[in-house]
Amino acid sequence: MATSAPKHFNVIIIGAGPSGLSAAVRATEQNVDYLLVEAAPAPASTIRNYQRGKFVMSEPRGLPLRSTLPFTASLRETLLETWEKTITNFNVNVQYDTKVTGLKRGEKLLEVELADGEKLTANHVVLAMGVQGNLRKLEIPGGDLPQIQYQLDDPQAYQNETIVVVGGGDSGVENALALTGRNQIIILNREEDFSNCKDSNLSQLTDARKRGALDWLLETKPQSIEVNTKGEFPITVFANTLNGVERIPCHRVIARLGALPSRPLLESFGVGFSTPDLEALPQLSSHYESSIPGLYIIGALAGYPLIKQGINQGYEVIEYILGNPVEPADSNLLREKFANFCTDRGVEDVLEKIRKSVPLLAMLNTLQLRELVLESNILLPKAGDIIFKRNDYSTTFFFIVEGELDILIDDDDVPDGTLKAGEFFGELALVSGRRRAGTVRASQPCVLIETPRRVMQKLIDSVQSMRRILNEVAIKTIVHLCIGLSLSEKDLNDVANNATLKSYAAGEELFHEGDEADGLYLIQSGSVTVSRMIGGREVVLFYVAAGHYVGEMSLVSGEPRYATVRAAIATEAVLIEAGRMRDIIARNPEIRSELDARYLQHLQDNENRQQLESAFDSNNVASTKSTPSNLISFLIQQGVGEATDVLLIDESLCVRCNHCEQACADTHGGATRLDRDAGPIFANIRVPTSCRHCEHPHCMKDCPPDAIHRAPHGEVYIDDSCIGCGNCQQNCPYDVIQMSVIHDQPEPSIWQMLLGIQPKALPVEDGAKVAVKCDMCKDITGGPVCVRACPVGAALRVKPEELLSYASGHSGDSSLISSDEH
Amino acid sequence: MQHSNIFDYKRYRYFKLAVIIILIAFAAYLIFEPAVGHYGGSWLGYSLGTASAALVFLLAWYGVRKRRYRSSGTTQGWLSAHIYLGTALTFLATFHSGLHFGLNIHTVTYGILLVVVVSGFFGNYAYMIYPRLMTENMGEDNLDGLLLRIAESDKMARQIALLMPDDINDTVSRACRETSIGVSLLEQLKGFQPDCPSAMAVQELTMLGNDLPIEHRKLYRDLYSIMVRRESLVRRARQDLMYRARMGFWLYFHVPFAIALLMAMVSHVIAVFFYW
Repeated sequence: MATSAPKHFNVIIIGAGPSGLSAAVRATEQNVDYLLVEAAPAPASTIRNYQRGKFVMSEPRGLPLRSTLPFTASLRETLLETWEKTITNFNVNVQYDTKVTGLKRGEKLLEVELADGEKLTANHVVLAMGVQGNLRKLEIPGGDLPQIQYQLDDPQAYQNETIVVVGGGDSGVENALALTGRNQIIILNREEDFSNCKDSNLSQLTDARKRGALDWLLETKPQSIEVNTKGEFPITVFANTLNGVERIPCHRVIARLGALPSRPLLESFGVGFSTPDLEALPQLSSHYESSIPGLYIIGALAGYPLIKQGINQGYEVIEYILGNPVEPADSNLLREKFANFCTDRGVEDVLEKIRKSVPLLAMLNTLQLRELVLESNILLPKAGDIIFKRNDYSTTFFFIVEGELDILIDDDDVPDGTLKAGEFFGELALVSGRRRAGTVRASQPCVLIETPRRVMQKLIDSVQSMRRILNEVAIKTIVHLCIGLSLSEKDLNDVANNATLKSYAAGEELFHEGDEADGLYLIQSGSVTVSRMIGGREVVLFYVAAGHYVGEMSLVSGEPRYATVRAAIATEAVLIEAGRMRDIIARNPEIRSELDARYLQHLQDNENRQQLESAFDSNNVASTKSTPSNLISFLIQQGVGEATDVLLIDESLCVRCNHCEQACADTHGGATRLDRDAGPIFANIRVPTSCRHCEHPHCMKDCPPDAIHRAPHGEVYIDDSCIGCGNCQQNCPYDVIQMSVIHDQPEPSIWQMLLGIQPKALPVEDGAKVAVKCDMCKDITGGPVCVRACPVGAALRVKPEELLSYASGHSGDSSLISSDEH
Repeated sequence: MQHSNIFDYKRYRYFKLAVIIILIAFAAYLIFEPAVGHYGGSWLGYSLGTASAALVFLLAWYGVRKRRYRSSGTTQGWLSAHIYLGTALTFLATFHSGLHFGLNIHTVTYGILLVVVVSGFFGNYAYMIYPRLMTENMGEDNLDGLLLRIAESDKMARQIALLMPDDINDTVSRACRETSIGVSLLEQLKGFQPDCPSAMAVQELTMLGNDLPIEHRKLYRDLYSIMVRRESLVRRARQDLMYRARMGFWLYFHVPFAIALLMAMVSHVIAVFFYW
């Protein structure tokens, strides 16, 4: 470009995804002078990269679509076609293959720099480039050849090719595996092994290599790629291996190098963030304007991953830029939310009232508040209504807008505390993922906002001050719960303010046997094991779950640490220093006597356990391995520490009849959710491949339609809104989620049942694959069918708190576990 | 790990029930004796017969119940009851007969009943001992996995053997070709193959390795270790199949004879009422 003055537009929209397209279409309608730039050669690359034939959902269902850009739930192909048609019809001013490399605020205008060196200026810039656009690319000579791709759309599309897959992570390995059989595959991995992969991928990979279906080069990086002018192979990859440079002629390169987080890019533009967290969202005004005047951020990049939200924001942002007042698209939804509450006022007024009554919510900007309220329920309990009960398994969080509530922690009907308007509750379940520690009951008519855990988590990640306050209150609550029922408010505050929150990785020690006592540890989330060296080996004595404490033994006796305490899974604990704790003990005889009682109880239990261990040791010389404590260690290694309910199979009883699997399949649409035959065994106890209903379910982390929930009794289940994206399957570290077509099972006749004949399967209608997992038969009266269908009682479900009593054969003897009920 | 098995289910609930039933029946048998002696047609005989028939239906219903996954309650309780009440049934039917036996449908029914009960006892025994043995034999592996690994060893061993002298190659390929793992039910029940080619191959290889040239030494060692591992895999797979076969074998008597019992019992009842 030889022109000295850069081209100028009123609005430059960066990214031709749903949000950017919508903005462009609105700008066309409003005759705005604009330019839409897109780094890819076609619009909507994130959706283009979905697998072929994927059904794209239009959540949230109730939200109206206000843009002219059409969007309904439909197949990926249909959607892309419609949008391309719209681009043509509106004659959208779009420039493809145009990558933005820099953006800064000039004196008057925003300056946009493109990859080819061209500079543009604009009054307003709308950033709508999503979060998938920043795929890490091969920054090598030839890395931009057409034979190099960063996604695998349809593995079936390639036949008889030699394909080089770059990247030894899960996505690279999965792509490679999907291509085997019909193609020759070579994986280039710059690491020395595939240790970053999931175990299942790793074993499939090893098998595939043994079969000769693929090969790999380790500690190898591609150096350059060249085009071949003749011969069978269009390109040659030059790879830097341990033994020098290797030439690999091939048809195609698939590079799976992961996506770059978007924060560094935004920061390079000068956009401000509220927390140092890499996942934090940029600071935005209610008009989507960032900390740089004139720079607007919408869509997934602004923290709104749903397509419809992005499209609406595209429309709104253009209206805001033009200075037109627009009521956000969600106003009607909010009005519905407020249908029973403050009906005499406008939506904005009600939001303002909420903001004024709840200090914690005043920390949010308008966009965040609107989103929070939209995702939440407004509850209007009457006096005496119970919000949740102690030991319920709900993880929602509550803000009190009006009214007062009582907290009941123990079994008497006397309130142990009150909650007033402007306060909040439910923070402990939010952090620990465990059962509710107390009952909350309205003492007056109240107005409450009930917010899902996922929404709170997102807010905590981006609003630093909110995180700090929540942490403070959570510490206070756990102190109150564990030791402070009789503490005065002043003492309680004093303890809480001086307590420190500590985090431990799985396996890390909180303290070691023989250490000087540094204080009392209250387990806030996760769980720990308590072990001692007995007869030269480490013996696990107890398993302590969140909501309980460890370390009181040495505090009471004044001796060094009696045992080693180790995090079973990632754990957070609140430490109250020894000096302060002794001070409290001295002044509060009730706490003193409680700790003393626990101390004596522990001594007694220890003695019993040691007897038991040595009895096992001497009587059962051949199988010394199977002492109760070793069994516990084994189960904890299997991830039972983060489980809330786990299926075990006693192999010494199991007659391999498979009724557990058949019963599961029969009652759950034909797909069994457990694999009896797979899973590690220790001392005749198998942990089969089956859901453990984790405290903080890994599967819930990234579910686009938010289809995974936790039922009040702890069951983690997937509802009908599953779109079959497979994220949960990938995220589960225990491989217990599968993708499967669900269809009703025929009920066999009496003769078929008597003789064990399979009934003829009903004709299978074509259905989409959805994620299926164990739901603990929450909708079936009588409880889990796998356990009930077991004729010999080999299948059993255990809560981690009960492990020890099961392991030592004292069923029901829960005193061995540090689980003094509050 | 301790929890209830089928015998001590709910603190021997069904054991106690069975004992009570037997005691009541026995007491009645001792107290009420018709003038002509005990026989099935007395009022006591009819009562015991009706109770036995009811029990037979209840016990047969277990076969249905264990596959009715959508019903409530636990199958374990049903199995426990099935075992103890089946034992009680033998006593009831014996009292019912008044120990009158002959060559007729009635005695045939009784005989079939005994076959069913005795095979059931064998089932109990099998369920008690084999699960533990199976776990000891298999560990965390499963049969499919073993078979796959045997197939892989076959492939690798054959490949290496191709490079070796003919006698070694012959031994290896014969072992791969002729080893059979549980092809017939009889072989499964036995759990071994007479003159197992895999075991013999290992023995032969031990001797054949003595006068190999130096350049074959390393390959020979590889081959030998593959064949040794392969043999133990084969043995474990056979062992697993044997346990499975033995654990399920009694059902080949229990179920058909149970059906036969139902039919014989119906004939027996019809015979009694029609040929009064």
